[in-house]
This record gives sequence, C-alpha cells and structure tokens, in this order.
Amino acid sequence: MEKREMVARLADILAETSRGLPDFAVMEVCGTHTHAIARYGLSALLPSNIRLVSGPGCPVCVTADETIAQALTLARQPATCVCSFGDMLRVPVRVQYPEGETGLDSLLRERGLGRDVRLVVSPLDVLRLAQAEPDRQFVWFAVGFETTAPATAVLLRQARAAGVPNLKVLCAHKTMPAALQALLDPADSKPAKQPIRGLLCPGHVAAITGANAFQFVPRQLGLAAAISGFEPEDILAALVELSRQLHRGQPGLRNMYPAVVRPNGNLAAQGLLSQIFQPSTATWRGLGEIPASGLSLRPAWQEFDALNGSLSPDPAATVCPVAETKPSACHCGPVLRGDESPLDCPLFMRACTEANPRGPCMVSSEGACAAASRYGTGGAAVRLKEHYRAGSGAVSGHNEFRKEPDIYG
Amino acid sequence: MCLAIPGKVAAINAQQGTIDYGGVTRQADMTLLPQAQVGDMVMVHAGFAIAVMDQAAGEELMRLTAELDSYGKA
Amino acid sequence: MDEEISLAHGAGGEAYRQMVQEIFIPGYGSPELSQLGDSAVLPGPGQSGELAFTTDSFVVWPLFFPGGDVGSLAVSGTVNDLAVAASVPRYLSVAMIIEAGFPTKTLQRIAASIAATAQKAGVRVVTGDTKVVEHGRADGIYITTSGVGTFDGGWRRPDQQVRDGDVLLVSGPLASHGVAVMAAREQLEFNPPLQSDARPLAGLIRSLLASGLSVHAMRDPTRGGLGATLCEWADSSGLCLTVQEDALPVRADVRAACALLGLDPLFCANEGVVVLALPAAQAAAALACLKAHPDGQAAAIVGQVTAGQPGLPGHVSLDTGYGTLRRVTLPAGDILPRIC
Repeated sequence: MEKREMVARLADILAETSRGLPDFAVMEVCGTHTHAIARYGLSALLPSNIRLVSGPGCPVCVTADETIAQALTLARQPATCVCSFGDMLRVPVRVQYPEGETGLDSLLRERGLGRDVRLVVSPLDVLRLAQAEPDRQFVWFAVGFETTAPATAVLLRQARAAGVPNLKVLCAHKTMPAALQALLDPADSKPAKQPIRGLLCPGHVAAITGANAFQFVPRQLGLAAAISGFEPEDILAALVELSRQLHRGQPGLRNMYPAVVRPNGNLAAQGLLSQIFQPSTATWRGLGEIPASGLSLRPAWQEFDALNGSLSPDPAATVCPVAETKPSACHCGPVLRGDESPLDCPLFMRACTEANPRGPCMVSSEGACAAASRYGTGGAAVRLKEHYRAGSGAVSGHNEFRKEPDIYG
Repeated sequence: MCLAIPGKVAAINAQQGTIDYGGVTRQADMTLLPQAQVGDMVMVHAGFAIAVMDQAAGEELMRLTAELDSYGKA
Repeated sequence: MDEEISLAHGAGGEAYRQMVQEIFIPGYGSPELSQLGDSAVLPGPGQSGELAFTTDSFVVWPLFFPGGDVGSLAVSGTVNDLAVAASVPRYLSVAMIIEAGFPTKTLQRIAASIAATAQKAGVRVVTGDTKVVEHGRADGIYITTSGVGTFDGGWRRPDQQVRDGDVLLVSGPLASHGVAVMAAREQLEFNPPLQSDARPLAGLIRSLLASGLSVHAMRDPTRGGLGATLCEWADSSGLCLTVQEDALPVRADVRAACALLGLDPLFCANEGVVVLALPAAQAAAALACLKAHPDGQAAAIVGQVTAGQPGLPGHVSLDTGYGTLRRVTLPAGDILPRIC
C-alpha cells in the first residue's frame, strides 16, 4: 500500500477505534514526535476526542538554565572551545555576568562575540577537533537522552584510548523513566486539565533501552503505552493501538516500532552506558530535581569532567543564571509538563517568537512552541477533505499574533 | 528527541561503517552495533549506527494494523 | 528590535526583516529602497531608459566549496538579482576586503573565477576597490559586488506581484547551495561531496522572458530559501500560496543530507534557482521553456495562488501529501543542523 493511502486508511481506522471513548489526551515525550506531528499536520487527522500533548521530550528544552550558564562560563575561558548540537547553541538564558551586568545570553551569542563555540553533528567530531588542536581545551556539552548518551560513552572511551588530554565533557545527559514517573505519577493529585490516558513512547530511546524498559508505564503509571516510530503512519498506528487499549480498559505496552526496537534493546550500548555513567539526580527545566534521572561520570572517568580540576572556572568569572521575574516569565515549565499548551503562555507569539525566543521550547525546532509557531498555532493544520469542501484557499489559525486558534471554516 | 535516519551499510572497516543514504554516503561509527553486516539497513543517530532494521517486522505490523478495520467496533 | 545585532540579523529571516523595517527604511529609505526588490529600478539619464541597480556582499566560509567559490558566488548572486528584475545584466563592480597574510595564489584563483563567471553571465567587471585589513580582522576575504542592468531586452517587465490564479514554478532542485556549503563548512564529509548549484541565471531567464510568457513575479530564492520568498509574496499580495511538498524538486543526495541534518529544503539557500509565478494557462509552456534550457532541466510546477479568506492576511500553506495542509512561516535566524 502506498504511504499516503496507508495514512488515510489509518486515520479512518483511528476514527473508528476511538469512537465512544471519552475525551482523552496522549502525551508524546519525544521532540522528534512533536516535530513530525506538527510537520505533517497530523493533529488535523485526529478525531475530536483525542488531544496530543507534548511532554519533556526535547533534550535541549529540558536542559536547566544552570547547566547552560556553566557552558557559557566555560566558553568564556581562554583557549577553550565549547562544542554542542545546533539547537543547544541558541537557547537564551538570562544571566548575570561576572562584571555584574545582566542580559540574555546564549552560546551562539558568545560565538558572535568571538568566543570559540562550535557546532557538531556527532560527539566524535569533538575528538577529531581536540586532536587537531592540542593547545586548546575542548568541552563537549553533552545533552540528549538514552539514544545519544552511548555516543558520548564511545567518545570518552576513544579519547582515553588515544590519550587525548584536552577533551572534557559537560555532562547533561538525562534518562526518561524516572522523569516520566515523576511527571505522570498517579499518586500525585495535581489536577490535570485533560487527563493523560496514553503515552506515545519514544522509539529511538527504546531502540537503546529496549521495549521492556517502558513496562512501568502501564504497570506503575496505569497508562496505555505504545512505542512509536516517526513517520506519519507510525504515529497514527500507535494511536490506533492506544485507543484499542483504552477501549478494552486494559492499559498495556505494545511495541509498534518492531522494525527498530527489540524487547531488550541494544545491549552493547547499554553495557557502555553502565561502564561510563552512573545514575544521578538531575535538574529538568519545568520539572525540577528528579533523583536518578540524569547520567554522571563514574569515578573512574572523572578526569573528563569539565567542572572538575583543570577547567574548573574561577568563581569570579562565573556566569550565573538569573531567575526571570513575573510577568515576563515564560511558561516553558508548564508546557514541558504537559499542563499547558503553547497557546496558554502569555508570551507565545508575542514577546516570544522564533526570531526572538524567550524560552527553549521556542528555540529548539523540536520544542512544542516552535512546532506550534512554525507549523500553525496550536497545530491548527487542516484536513484537506474538509478544506476543499469549504471551498476556500485559505488556512486560518496560524501566526496571526492572536492567542485563540481560529477554527477553520 | 532523537533524530535517526535509515541507511544501508555499504562497507565496514573496523569501527567505521560506510552508510549509503540513497546516492550519498557518510561514515558512521559501528561500536554500538557490533553485529551489523554489510547490506543491513541500520538507523543512524549522531554519527552512530544504533539499531539494525527488521523491515519485514515493520511491514507486517503495519499490514495488521491497517487490516483490522473492525477495531473498537465491538 | 533587539538590543544588539546578532548573527540572526544577517540570516535573512524575521530578525533581518525587522532590522530593515525599523532601521534602514526609516533611516534612509528612498522610494526605490522601500520596494525591497532584488534590484532597484532607476530612471536612466536623458531618454536612455531605466536601469536596474543592485548590490550584495559575500562572506561565505569556506571560500571554496564543491560547485563554486566566493568569486563565482559574488558574480552569480548579483547577476541573478539583476536578471530576476527582468533586466539584462551589463556591468559589475567588485570590492574586496582582504586580510593581511592572505595567499596571493588564492586571490588569483578567486579573480579567475570571477572573470569566468562574469563571462558566462555576459557581464563586464568595470570598476573595483580593494582594502587590506590587519590579520584577524576579516575572515580571509569579503567581496561586495554591485551590478547594473538595462531594460532593452524587448520583453515585458513583470510587476513582481503574484495574482489569484497563478501557478508557482521553480527552475531547478532546491537547497543544493545551502546544504553544500553547510556540509563543507562543518566538514560533514558526504561522499560524493554535495555540489552547490551556484550559477548565473541570466541566460535561463532571458529565454523565458523572450518567449513572451506573462511572468507576474520572479525571484532567486537565496537566503531563507523558497519558503522565505513565498512568505514575502504572500505578505505583499494578501493572497494564499499553496505548495505541494511532493512536487518540490530536491536532488536525492541533498534530500538525504537534509534528513540527516534535520533541515527543511524549503528553507535552505539556493544560488542557481529561480521561482516564478504566472497564469495557470501558461504553466505548461513555461515548464517546457525552462526544461529546454541546460540550467532548468529539473524545473517543476510546485504550487498555486488563490484568493485569501476575507479578513485574513496573505499566507503560505503546504500540502503535506498526507491529506493535511499546514502553514509555512518565515524561518527565524540561522538554520542550524538539528540532531536531537
């Protein structure tokens, strides 16, 4: 069957399977899901009783201000180069500089001011750079979940084997399960605007951890769970599965991405992770400190810690984050928790735009706000059938600098 | 969170794999996927091959899902 | 407007637009500048007819990349701005800012590339200027070219307004230049290397206009890509532009690179592509005309223009190919690879 035909068919099946279910929300916790849903306009294919909510699935978005400030401090050290992924460079943080002034800073701004900040597409690029310029300290600003952390592990192992002393890591890797438990714990009586009944589990995290690592979602959180790929048909098929579980009244876990995800995952990657990292408390933007939700270097690998020893910045040269005061405070926190949609933030599309992002959810192209802004306010994509029935060439509801999405037609 | 792209393993030389993305190749590190063979389809993330693809499993699941039109009607 | 100029203000997106609207237009905006066309159209001396005039600076890094270099780019960019204004590109100035210590051999290579590209485009370099700054105060070499074109081609000049009922065509595959330069700059090592499409389009545009088609609007979608050009057209016309994602021509290697880097070809820079709008009835003829030229073999019809909804500003929609239509908005700031 052709792809588009498959998507149309799955949309019809989803309408069938979800019929009669009370309104419910499904959280996706992968920025690439958020991006794909917005990019393909999938919200327009969903029945009216299903709502998609973005969770803390974008590693750039959940990186705490304090961690970014550490990266900024390192970038301001002499003969030091900070390397990270593209989106990480753009996140603005309100900081106080050592000279006492405050302002919005980002790694990209520091680069614009002449500091050595480089964009890489693989952690191994940093090893190559460090070997080419032995007189310069290279800091790998490591963000990402289980999918990306093994790459940092390989980097450190290769750096040690090759005897590269001028490579350090600012480790901000995080892991999903503890954060999801903290966020979605049914014992927490936090009133939800719309109950989250299902979880679209991140396919590429599961490729590393294995599908079984998400068993806690139905068992402990009581949520329907489906591991999903990233094509439009993958996401719709996973939603069909979630609807089916809800109809049965039996939350379970189904691997809807068997092409890539195995029950036990990638054992080589898991072995490397436990060899080099240990679980640690991590601070998530919007969620706060969560025990065992981060990865820190094991004692045997501490020599690579950028905050340890030789690179440890002079306290007098430290860039500190400054808490945003209301009413200018951005709502990335509640948005990352799924409590609010980007439309609920008073800054969205007003003080906070893609050109002038105030919070990381607008910076990262995987962030819920950037997706909502770029691809239509609140995901107000339009289903073509209805579009042509209405007989107009216009799509409403996007980017009009107004808060309420227009209802098309 | 994790952009990963499918490609075909065209060659393996120690830890270095040559991955063909349909007309253009790039090197990827194979450390995380010691079992991968030349000819396998793999998913690549941040310069690392992270999973061998089993396309038959994916197609079968999609076929099953798309066939069960009667889902939920009961 | 931000408190300080950042790299985003040079990226051709929303930040750039804001800077132009809030600083340059109020500052020295002549009626010609306020048009914000690719080229200004000026009255010529006496009865000699109008002139097209444009300028552009080139700060590309690396200076040499597969398919081009800073010299060929500096000529193509300015020639193409003149050509899409429907003028015949005639004369160029070339101004250089060179860093002390720059290898003479490299300068010779760049000069030879400028000469070869100018010859291909049918323009003459008639004036120039060179400044040398201390080492460390420039990135090797910066080039600014200005160009003059004449309106004696004998064809009708588009009024640069898309109209209800138009179709949208592009002359070639998208995103090749932006992705090739990014791959070279970030040392992404694709094999075979991704080739930029940088080339002068004067010949292609001449054959199109000379065939008598009523082109309504024409642009070379450089920074910000096709997406940015379409957004500007929608904004200035108040109409609805719809593009079919499936119809966008993108080379297979560029498409793969975009997928790997998380880039949208719609927003990547082009240096050898022209996008045009003309009445639907002429779409087939225009497509045939483009395809007949060596620089337009991958031309394609990519979308259409319809009346907007009353009360709604003009906008661009994209048919995803999956039965949904979503909004396309102007990209903000630099386009960076997305990996996680």
